[in-house]
Amino acid sequence: MTLPSPGQRILMAGNNAIAQGAYEAGVYFASGYPGTPSTEVLEIISQYSDIRAQWGANEKVAFDEAMGVAMSGKRALCSMKYVGLNVAADSFMVFPFAGTVGGFVVISADDPGMYSSQNEQDNRYFARLAQVPMIEPSDPQEAKDYLKLAFELSEQFSTPVLYRTSMRVSHSKGMVTVGERTESVSDKKFVKDVPNWVVPIFAKSLRAKLDAKIARITEFVESYPYNRIEDGSGKIGIITSGASYTYAKEIFPDAPVFKLALTYPLPKQKILDFCAQHEQVYVIEELEPFMEEQIRAWGVGNIVGKDRLPRTGEFSADVLAKAFFEEEPVTDFAGEFDIIARPPQLCPGCPHRGAYLALKKAGVLVTGDIGCYTLGALPPLGAMHTSFCMGASIGNAFGFEIGGTEKVAAVIGDSTFIHGGIPPLIDVVYNGGNTTTLILDNRTTGMTGHQEHPATGLTLKGQEAPRLDLVGLVKAIGVEHVQVADPFNQKEMYASVKEALDHNGPSVIITNRPCIFARGEKTRPKTPYVINEDKCTQCGACQRIGCPGVLPGEQPRIDEVTCTGCSLCAQACKFDAIGLKGDA
Amino acid sequence: MSQVTNILLCGVGGQGVLLASEVLALVAAEEKAEVKQTEVHGVAQRGGSVVSHLRFGDKVYSPTVRTGTGDILVAFERLEAVRYGHYVKPGGLMLINDVEVMPGQIGDYKPYPSGIIEFLGNKGFALQSIPATAKAKELGNPRVSSLIILGALSAHLDLSAKAWEAVIKRRIPAKLLDVNLKAFQAGVEIGKSMAQAAAAGA
Repeated sequence: MTLPSPGQRILMAGNNAIAQGAYEAGVYFASGYPGTPSTEVLEIISQYSDIRAQWGANEKVAFDEAMGVAMSGKRALCSMKYVGLNVAADSFMVFPFAGTVGGFVVISADDPGMYSSQNEQDNRYFARLAQVPMIEPSDPQEAKDYLKLAFELSEQFSTPVLYRTSMRVSHSKGMVTVGERTESVSDKKFVKDVPNWVVPIFAKSLRAKLDAKIARITEFVESYPYNRIEDGSGKIGIITSGASYTYAKEIFPDAPVFKLALTYPLPKQKILDFCAQHEQVYVIEELEPFMEEQIRAWGVGNIVGKDRLPRTGEFSADVLAKAFFEEEPVTDFAGEFDIIARPPQLCPGCPHRGAYLALKKAGVLVTGDIGCYTLGALPPLGAMHTSFCMGASIGNAFGFEIGGTEKVAAVIGDSTFIHGGIPPLIDVVYNGGNTTTLILDNRTTGMTGHQEHPATGLTLKGQEAPRLDLVGLVKAIGVEHVQVADPFNQKEMYASVKEALDHNGPSVIITNRPCIFARGEKTRPKTPYVINEDKCTQCGACQRIGCPGVLPGEQPRIDEVTCTGCSLCAQACKFDAIGLKGDA
Repeated sequence: MSQVTNILLCGVGGQGVLLASEVLALVAAEEKAEVKQTEVHGVAQRGGSVVSHLRFGDKVYSPTVRTGTGDILVAFERLEAVRYGHYVKPGGLMLINDVEVMPGQIGDYKPYPSGIIEFLGNKGFALQSIPATAKAKELGNPRVSSLIILGALSAHLDLSAKAWEAVIKRRIPAKLLDVNLKAFQAGVEIGKSMAQAAAAGA
């Protein structure tokens, strides 16, 4: 990658700016696990040759690695979507007891509005829960600049710092003035000191030390210059941070604004003074009343927050205008015009489709997981019946079985299996389960935009790595009935599913077709299929496989541009009306 | 408040909406103090609905455009113009690519709706139909329609031809540059003749 020259002002997305910030801050090591809206942070960092960057098997592992690098005295960061911090929470909650040696920053990307997520969770509470200072940027320039502040804070107080971004900050582009890299010059080294680093034995004394540390930081933030007051006119003051700041400035361009960069711990006295100086203060924060609750607890009465603003969904200037001025946004035209939706569907040529067609035919209860394959729950496939979070499918299936459901199968992707599917599969074997697990190995992390993982044989930087052998791994766990099946061969796929379900004991099926976007996978067929309309009876069987390449309408047609030639529609046709282009 | 230009680009995943908004944002970045651009979409995949918000001017805070304030909506696909039409200000401009992409459907089948142009015209928007897909085929590469659309859009923006050319040269791979520059120029001509026709009509 050609580095932008220092002083240059260029257009960057928030996540690119965080990566540039990591470069400038002299970060030595970066780890993470893919998850929208955080994924690009690590992908872009990996292009800077000065930073060692790698995907972890999951967020907890990635966190522990970055933590080790930081303990060894170097600057490290760990990046994940907000639910990733749930996975890494065990380490995140305990590391502050010891503190860090080199700077350590955890990037957590929230998703207000749940554009690409399973729940809506305000990770600012994690800062308070763990007693860790938190920084929130509001636009790309801050996304870059504040990352350096986060590292400085981390080193000044020997504490991890939570860097909380949100989808709109991570995925918006704006102008950023770039700077140069300053190598981190910390001369601090890890010193063997059991009472500090062996936390469980010395937790009581470390707990007191942590309390004292957060008290010192609380005092420090009172004069933190990046928590800035923007002067204005009028009787109403605004307290805000992050993306909410940008909407507040659109709606209240002239109001005085207390714009916080460091939102935990809050500068109590400064906020009390600000509130005292204004007749009324609007606390404008997306999702939960994180700041508002604390301010109210100090006995401040003249604030307005969630009594007017929604606590769910993404904010916008429209949302604020409605909340404060009862200005209704312009509604869409759906009431006057039938705007047909474009629902999400598995891509044409997606190998997951073949697995779901077989599972549907088997009429089995399917517990699902997190990935593109969750779309198998929607009609016309409708072959997944539960889905919650990373790795839940296998334990859930085993639970259903214990609860009395006779035929149950878990469906999990390759990356998700590595992330969180291995311990529950061990459990199935250990505790005498009969659970059938389908590992849909499409050789990529699909949903987040095709990242590498241990079973793709490539690293984040695109270098070759030992390829994790999923069949060998599953056998080593003790699963005796392991089959590799071709989801594009419906007879074989269905026979495998049937056999696995009938097997007495745990069973695993690993599908063997790559994602149509998987890097370096050239095994997929290319010739499109066509429908012979003379033979076609318009029965609709080909349309019921849920392929966007089979166009809707009374007379089905195949879109030759998107058809990848997977042949599933041809296999669904009982009248031999679908054949390869040129043959039919 | 200082003047901010609000533009929306929408279409169907795979049509080049994101590339076009990136090019437009980079051109604006050449000449304007501030540019913000963001996409709003659900689970992204081929064939889904895509909308990109772009704002530029002296000072821009929010990256998203308020409903009813968009100066120009550029629709790469006709149905998408209705889906995001409410973002456009009263009487605002809509550039609509003359193409229909049938939505992939789950559940009961619905035919592609008719009467889109009439509906939007009755709403009072200024409409210009851009035959970008047809023109791209004429140029021998169906993928350049997004540059044709950008060319047509450029007629309505105060961004210099020099900046457009510089960004296209920087952003488009060398082997595709010629046809893309041609496509952009074809779009500029379409935009000019549309603007003249509109002026004559008024």
